[in-house]
Amino acid sequence: MSDKDSSVVLPANEVVSNSIVARFDGEVNSDTREGYEGYIVNANMLPEVASVLKDELGYDYLSSVTGVDYIDEDHIEVVYHADQTTGGKGINIKVQLDRENPVVPTLVPIYPGADFQEREVFDMYGVHFDGHPNLRRILMWDGFHGYPLRKDWQEAYYEEDVKPFDSRWPGGDFKRSEADNPYGKNVNYPPGFDINNWAPETDDSLYESLQKTTSNGKSLHTDSIVVNIGPQHPSTHGVFRMVVALDGETITDLQPVMGYLHRNHEKIGERNTFLQNMPYTDRLDYLCSMSNNFGYALAVEKLMGVDVPERAQYIRVLMAELTRISNHMWAIGFLLNDLGAFQTPALYAIRARELILDVFEATAGSRMMCNYMRFGGLARDFPDKLRGEDTVQFITDLVENRLPKAIDELDHFLTENEIVRSRCIGVGVLPPEKAIAYSAGGPLLRASGVSYDLRTADSYGIYDRFDFDVCTRSNGDVYDRYLIRVDEMRESTRICQQVMRDIPGEGEIFSGKPQYNVRVPAGESYGRVENPKGELGYYVVSTGKTNPYRYHVRAPSFVNLTVLGELCKGHKVADAVVILGSIDIVLGEVDR
Amino acid sequence: MNNELSNPDIPVPSELQSAVTITSLDKIYNWGRRSSIWPMVFGLACCAIEMICTAASRFDIARFGMEVFRATPRQADLMIVSGTVTKKMVPQIVRLFNQMPEPKYVMAMGACASGGGPFKEGYNVVSGIDKFVPVDVYVPGCPPTPQALLHGLIKLQEKIDGQSLKSVRWYGQETSEAVPVPVLGPDLFDPRQHALLAQQAGQVKENSESVEE
Repeated sequence: MSDKDSSVVLPANEVVSNSIVARFDGEVNSDTREGYEGYIVNANMLPEVASVLKDELGYDYLSSVTGVDYIDEDHIEVVYHADQTTGGKGINIKVQLDRENPVVPTLVPIYPGADFQEREVFDMYGVHFDGHPNLRRILMWDGFHGYPLRKDWQEAYYEEDVKPFDSRWPGGDFKRSEADNPYGKNVNYPPGFDINNWAPETDDSLYESLQKTTSNGKSLHTDSIVVNIGPQHPSTHGVFRMVVALDGETITDLQPVMGYLHRNHEKIGERNTFLQNMPYTDRLDYLCSMSNNFGYALAVEKLMGVDVPERAQYIRVLMAELTRISNHMWAIGFLLNDLGAFQTPALYAIRARELILDVFEATAGSRMMCNYMRFGGLARDFPDKLRGEDTVQFITDLVENRLPKAIDELDHFLTENEIVRSRCIGVGVLPPEKAIAYSAGGPLLRASGVSYDLRTADSYGIYDRFDFDVCTRSNGDVYDRYLIRVDEMRESTRICQQVMRDIPGEGEIFSGKPQYNVRVPAGESYGRVENPKGELGYYVVSTGKTNPYRYHVRAPSFVNLTVLGELCKGHKVADAVVILGSIDIVLGEVDR
Repeated sequence: MNNELSNPDIPVPSELQSAVTITSLDKIYNWGRRSSIWPMVFGLACCAIEMICTAASRFDIARFGMEVFRATPRQADLMIVSGTVTKKMVPQIVRLFNQMPEPKYVMAMGACASGGGPFKEGYNVVSGIDKFVPVDVYVPGCPPTPQALLHGLIKLQEKIDGQSLKSVRWYGQETSEAVPVPVLGPDLFDPRQHALLAQQAGQVKENSESVEE
């Protein structure tokens, strides 16, 4: 270790530690806690360290920002994960802050993709990001009392710190939580809250923060108006709100407002046992439950150090790729809906998706919420029969014939369609530098020409055994984001075909003994997969007990929305709907 | 004419049966309504995906006369609350409900809308939409399969069949009251609980004062 020749290429982590630990003497230290890795940075040096990471070491892609409340050590830690878009393992840096007055410089000027994620940490932990351009709550509403993810904050239905709750079944009978609450509802007010001397917060400051004029000032003078699209609007793919400032019909500013489906995955996840979180991951991106399971299983397996049997590895890849096809089918169908081809293309897409759902239902037991993967394998093997046919034969036929045909059909009807072309080409252009800076992921990033796909960049499972291409397109407009989804579906069928060719006919699908309560060694782990929408990461901190101390989801849809405002500026209001459709969000994952 | 309408007690001569049906006003009124329930385009969460699948070709909600999803509450008969109701969203849901014209129906689709579901203890989750608006049909499941949703819709049709012009609220003397829209404060605040909340805060104040003394 010590006498390395300078001409030898050093492992990435040594390059980093040589350049930042040595350079910022005393300000940057390696994280030496057991089970942890990365570096702890003093808060005031964070922007300098981040600049070095980005500009000199090539960590140009900030994938995740999150917080952890270490209440016993009396500090809040902000954790940053950064990656190189050329591939390889990521790096994490941490900042430890005082719980009473947590302040840290913002990273938005260096990594604009930190914007929404920093707001989330502010919302959940009360960490103040000094210099942040728009530091307001993002998932909860302005005026909400408290910072929910702090360990000493208790929800209205609080029973105990961690499950299983002994209080759930007093005397063998189920108890309704409403009975214990004075209001009979899931609400709780701060002590001394006086409803008679109180006025609700308004959205005025949000509306005032919008940029109302176009910069050139040459065009015809028109009144500037602010339009709310959503949260109940057919084109927002769920409960999502865009506050749009318009000059005539042109968008001068757009501010996404979210949190209308904030279901508190992380707070509930920290009360749950490790395994209890598996069905909750289904409900994050509810179109892709299989690959959500995959990511979480990887994160916990990394901590536990268990191996996954061969056959289970193949089935995992098969399920993840089928999920990708079904998600992209849905995305394309509903992009066309947004373009005004109301329902017809979507019906074709849903028809193809139903075939995949049949596979999921027969194997996992549920069409959408599969809850299929376990730490160390799978819940169950394929059934013998599927729709009256032999299962292996059914899936082989599906990936060899029926799905490719369905993809060709969509391609045939849509790709050269004149309306699709004129509405999509040149709309919502995202240049590659900007895509990386804003931490865009998945098809959004690759349509801009950046060949970054975790399946090859930081390979997981057994993806290194398959022959497939990482698709890229070069223009980064809505049309390319449509095309890349067609390309990716074709690549996914190729992977599925190889799986069905190579999968061992028999074998274990679970290593070890199935158990409800797994004890996970202490430490941190960041498990991630290339979900159909981008990088899905799980940051899990264990203290060696049966419950995760911290359970954070780095959701691709949420981070991809950071760039939405930039993409829409200067376009017509009707294009905002199409651009949103081309990003392909699922609100369960945006809001968690 | 549809045979299900005709009253067997009043026979119609066979030569007229193709053109004449004798039935009650209630029956034809309900027949018309049950066969054209227009739901609102209103998706909250995961259940909305299954709702869309129910509307698609494989399960085909059009068989029940319900395929006309309306994007505005003012043209809708049925609100399918398809997903987790959060505190941040519930003011909008109540407002949408108030904007629907009578007769209107609400279906709680899935575990979350019925009672909070797996997310019940979450700090931003409402324990079922029935805490705020009246619900006609509950459909269990997480999410309910399309078949379960269709079963719920058939149950709603049965409920409509049982209603009578004499007693329905929208033709009665009283006007139907709008549900007070909840407000977002330090936590979700239901205007109907104003007195209770004022009293609770008063109690806390008294307690803290007595401690100081």
